[in-house]
Amino acid sequence: MSGVDQLFVQLKHWALARCAGILPEAWQPLVSLLLSIIPLLVIFPTLFAAMVWMERKGLGRIQNRYGPNRVGPFGLLQPAADGIKALIKEDIVPRAADRVVHWLAPVLLVTTAFTVYAVLPFGRNMVVVDLEAGLLFFFAVGTVAELVVFMAGWSSRNKYALLGAMRAVAQMISYEIPLVLSTVTVVMIAGTLSLPQIVLAQSPASGWWPAWFVFTPWGAAGFVLFLIAANAEANRSPFDLPEGESEIIAGYFIEYSGFKFALFFLGEYLSLFAVSALGVTLFLGGWHAPYVVGEWVPSWVWFFLKLLAVLALFIWTRGTLPRLRQDQLMNFAWKFMIPMTLINVVIAALWHWIGSGPVRWLVCSALVIGAYSLLGRGLMRAGRWMPRTYRFAE
Amino acid sequence: MLGEGIIKGMVETARNFLGSYVREDRLTTVQYPEEREPQIENARQFPFLVYDGEDWETGLRCVACQICEKECPPQCIYIVKSKDKKPDYKGQMQFYPAIFDIDLSVCMSCQICVEVCPFEAIKMDTDYEWSTPDRFAALLVHKDQLARPNAYYQQLHPTDAAASDAVLAQERARAQAKARAAAELKTKAAAPPPTS
Repeated sequence: MSGVDQLFVQLKHWALARCAGILPEAWQPLVSLLLSIIPLLVIFPTLFAAMVWMERKGLGRIQNRYGPNRVGPFGLLQPAADGIKALIKEDIVPRAADRVVHWLAPVLLVTTAFTVYAVLPFGRNMVVVDLEAGLLFFFAVGTVAELVVFMAGWSSRNKYALLGAMRAVAQMISYEIPLVLSTVTVVMIAGTLSLPQIVLAQSPASGWWPAWFVFTPWGAAGFVLFLIAANAEANRSPFDLPEGESEIIAGYFIEYSGFKFALFFLGEYLSLFAVSALGVTLFLGGWHAPYVVGEWVPSWVWFFLKLLAVLALFIWTRGTLPRLRQDQLMNFAWKFMIPMTLINVVIAALWHWIGSGPVRWLVCSALVIGAYSLLGRGLMRAGRWMPRTYRFAE
Repeated sequence: MLGEGIIKGMVETARNFLGSYVREDRLTTVQYPEEREPQIENARQFPFLVYDGEDWETGLRCVACQICEKECPPQCIYIVKSKDKKPDYKGQMQFYPAIFDIDLSVCMSCQICVEVCPFEAIKMDTDYEWSTPDRFAALLVHKDQLARPNAYYQQLHPTDAAASDAVLAQERARAQAKARAAAELKTKAAAPPPTS
């Protein structure tokens, strides 16, 4: 179980011991932090490149196209080509733009996107800082993305940018609530805000039913709600109204070119990875295998496999669903997502109070399905088509 | 129930995704520089000037009547008429274009020049690979680049070329008949009147 599993942890300890001989004692924590952070700064941008390639290939196949296949074998060097292109492009700043804020927005986005990785456990004993309130930290820092989006939209002095930013802020604030509420259930059951502790609460039991939270009625509902809200938070299709290429061109980053645009792109994907990793941690058992038998596979392999699976799901939905309208988006957030997550909190409480046994399975499943079908019916009725009347066209 | 349509759509896209790896006919993309779709016979891209015989300078059908220049909607044709004349395919003395330029960047491939030409002199080419790194000079196509033999036209658009050749043959036959009649009339006039 140790060996490969603890390979990186032991590597870090070894490097730290090497450094201890050379550097003064006071520098020890700093070096330790750096040794934890640098792998993240390498792995996740690499994952970004891989994700862009996978996404373009996957979307291509979904639409019966080849996807990128010119640069390198199977188009594998496409992200490198894109990066070089972004680097050598001219960096245009509008004359009327607020130069400082315009420059600050992409930098801040990437910085905050990286900051949230501090509390995510990537494997057994593999977490940069084990904060008591890790989940709270994640959401607190993650919310800076809204500010960044508005900074970008406002400083560009462009109507499309401002419209996109306003849409983005409305959307992200609306979906922040269900995102947080869907994770509250996990906090209630696990009884802790620390992410490594939440992972430990999902350790494989001896039974035939995995202990992941997604394998409970409230957990399944919570996971789906979490994914939808995360999708909206990451501004990805079908919730990509802030970008809306076909209506407001590119939304809040219309005035960004060259490497700043690439930074926005990177920041967006980094937040997507972070929120997917959070979903894996909260609902899919983090770095745990479903059964004790699977524990021989290194914990970080489990974690990244699950992360890739969630990302594949995001690509799949992006390739399937068309963009929502602004009113549909808001209706969905306020009339379905928020009531459903609130009910889910109650269901999780019931799950806790009823105690183990088939009764709680029955009660909680019935409640989830009942609430879903009732709320869903209400939402469908709200969206029913009316005969359209034209005042001037007839 | 809410979400039914989403599930249906996801199944459809999954089928597309997997199917594109299994069935070749799903992927309709033509890998352009390596593969090319054969062009249909009536394809048209950019005009060219037809010439008869071996030498393009003497065989050019164009008589510099400038109808195409006037009719061209984006006005991309520029013609300068010659001072002297040369015999055309009927042996008649005609002007010829001293300069005949078409601006490739302006031409919209409408084929109106072809429709209005009374001399079957300008036709549409199917060649579309005219890209060039020079934005100005190289996009102005001169008459030496525009000239193509009639055999090229016959090979490009066989049906249209046959019709065009028939028209020209008819014209030529009519001109020859006219010339013969004129010659007969002249010999008749030259002959002494019959005595009674």
